[in-house]
Amino acid sequence: MTKDEIFAEATSVYDNYVEALATGTFEALQSYSRNLSERIIPRGVETHEVVGIVLLLRDVLARSLFAKYQGDFTKLNRILDAYEPAANRIANTVAVGFVQERERVIRQQQEAIRELSTPVLQVRERLLILPIIGVIDPQRARQLTEQLLRGIRTNRAKVVVIDITGVAAMDATVANHLVQTVEASRLLGATVIVTGLSPEIAQTIVNIGVDLGKMNTVGDLQGGIEQAERLLGYKVVPAGEAAAAA
Amino acid sequence: MPDDIRVLIRSNLDIVKARQEGRALAARTGFSATDVTLIATAISELARNIVSYARQGEIVLGVVESANAKGVTIISRDSGPGIRSIDDAMRDGYSTSGGLGLGLPGVRRLVDEFIIESVLGRGTVVRVTKWLR
Amino acid sequence: MEVPILKQGRYLIATIQAALSDEDLLQFRRALLDRVIQFRSRGVVVDVTALDVMDSFATRTLRDITYMIRLRGADTVIVGIQPEVAFAMVQLGLTLEGVATALDLEEGLAHLEQRARSSS
Ligand SMILES: Nc1ncnc2c1ncn2[C@@H]1O[C@H](COP(=O)(O)OP(=O)(O)OP(=O)(O)O)[C@@H](O)[C@H]1O
Ligand SMILES: [Mg+2]
Repeated sequence: MTKDEIFAEATSVYDNYVEALATGTFEALQSYSRNLSERIIPRGVETHEVVGIVLLLRDVLARSLFAKYQGDFTKLNRILDAYEPAANRIANTVAVGFVQERERVIRQQQEAIRELSTPVLQVRERLLILPIIGVIDPQRARQLTEQLLRGIRTNRAKVVVIDITGVAAMDATVANHLVQTVEASRLLGATVIVTGLSPEIAQTIVNIGVDLGKMNTVGDLQGGIEQAERLLGYKVVPAGEAAAAA
Repeated sequence: MPDDIRVLIRSNLDIVKARQEGRALAARTGFSATDVTLIATAISELARNIVSYARQGEIVLGVVESANAKGVTIISRDSGPGIRSIDDAMRDGYSTSGGLGLGLPGVRRLVDEFIIESVLGRGTVVRVTKWLR
Repeated sequence: MEVPILKQGRYLIATIQAALSDEDLLQFRRALLDRVIQFRSRGVVVDVTALDVMDSFATRTLRDITYMIRLRGADTVIVGIQPEVAFAMVQLGLTLEGVATALDLEEGLAHLEQRARSSS
């Protein structure tokens, strides 16, 4: 932040501070601190900077109280008794507001990254590919399913290839999700081809009582895409033959 | 709770009503479109069981809040014949009425918490909760 | 609330409205079977786009309708199941096994055409 900005914000914090002290209500301060957090978080302002400003204001105000009432100790004591808890609560409100807002932003970013890391790709009209890579937990599995189902609808997909070559292991819960995804896609009218099923994952699927014969599985992604194209009515011609025919 | 929504279930038209109320409440509470549908489906199954087996009863919908979580509860309550064996009733495919037998076990899969109590000749209460994630 | 049943060539198109009562569903089943017989239809598209929930009862009814129509020598295809509804259905355990499904009306009709071609 620039000097001017810090000064402007500090003045606002101060005004809100005084209002909270005068009225004993924290709503305005709360919404101000949320608003402040929203503005400064994207600029990389750190928690300690915010807390620093608030604490500084607290001390400045306290010092001005000292200066004003130092002649009357009983009065000063009474005022400080009231001031300290209120001031602490104010500092708390602003800091908590800031941290909460920051956590919300981080969560949102994590969501976005997760969405990005599992793209639903349209390779040609009516054909979607969902390459799954990495560790899938139940939460991510569910997200994948929802994303795919929406993708089927918006792209009017008829065939989906789910490639799980990049998935090392799958527990029963996640395997169950995979099977449910296949079933739900069919309910929307799309055929699912699963490729890259490792023997271990195949075993897990059999163990949860699913008839693998009912699942459309093909060894690798390339083979899966070829079968998908056949289902869509495209003629698949090996590259060599196409060249020879031309 | 004062904010509970109570829907009397006396015919299958009331099933639709309970479902709509649940859908609206879940959406207000902040659930995603998918979760709203899961909640409406659970209500539909519970209300349907009331109509099919107890003739009448009620569905009570409410919002629950704990320290760090928020959710929706659905209570289904009737004074019908009760369930002879809850173990049987909770098994996929078990039905005394030629149904698919997926209502109760299905609802358990749709929600996060599921409690069922039933006394023969006295009635049945099912209480389920779905938490906002 | 009555379910409109439209005749289109050799096919019938039935559009289910939101929030049908059980009576409506049963009445629909009767009406649809009557029409299949009356028009000697070769196929039926049942459009459920408007349904926001497919519970165990609705699924069983649709399945039964499909089986009954098959006994009349006609095919049925269910179209328009929404993503959220499909998600809820599989969680419940409802997979509509043995029943054809397609994305929308257009796809459903294409599916029926294809069936007709491959069987003639
Ligand atoms: N409220 C109730 N009162 C009495 N019996 C019940 C009640 N709810 C369920 N049951 C019993 O439990 C069995 C299982 O219920 P469930 O909802 O799982 O399946 P269903 O209703 O038979 O079929 P479906 O729900 O799949 O259409 C029922 O067949 C019925 O015997
Ligand atoms: Mg039931």
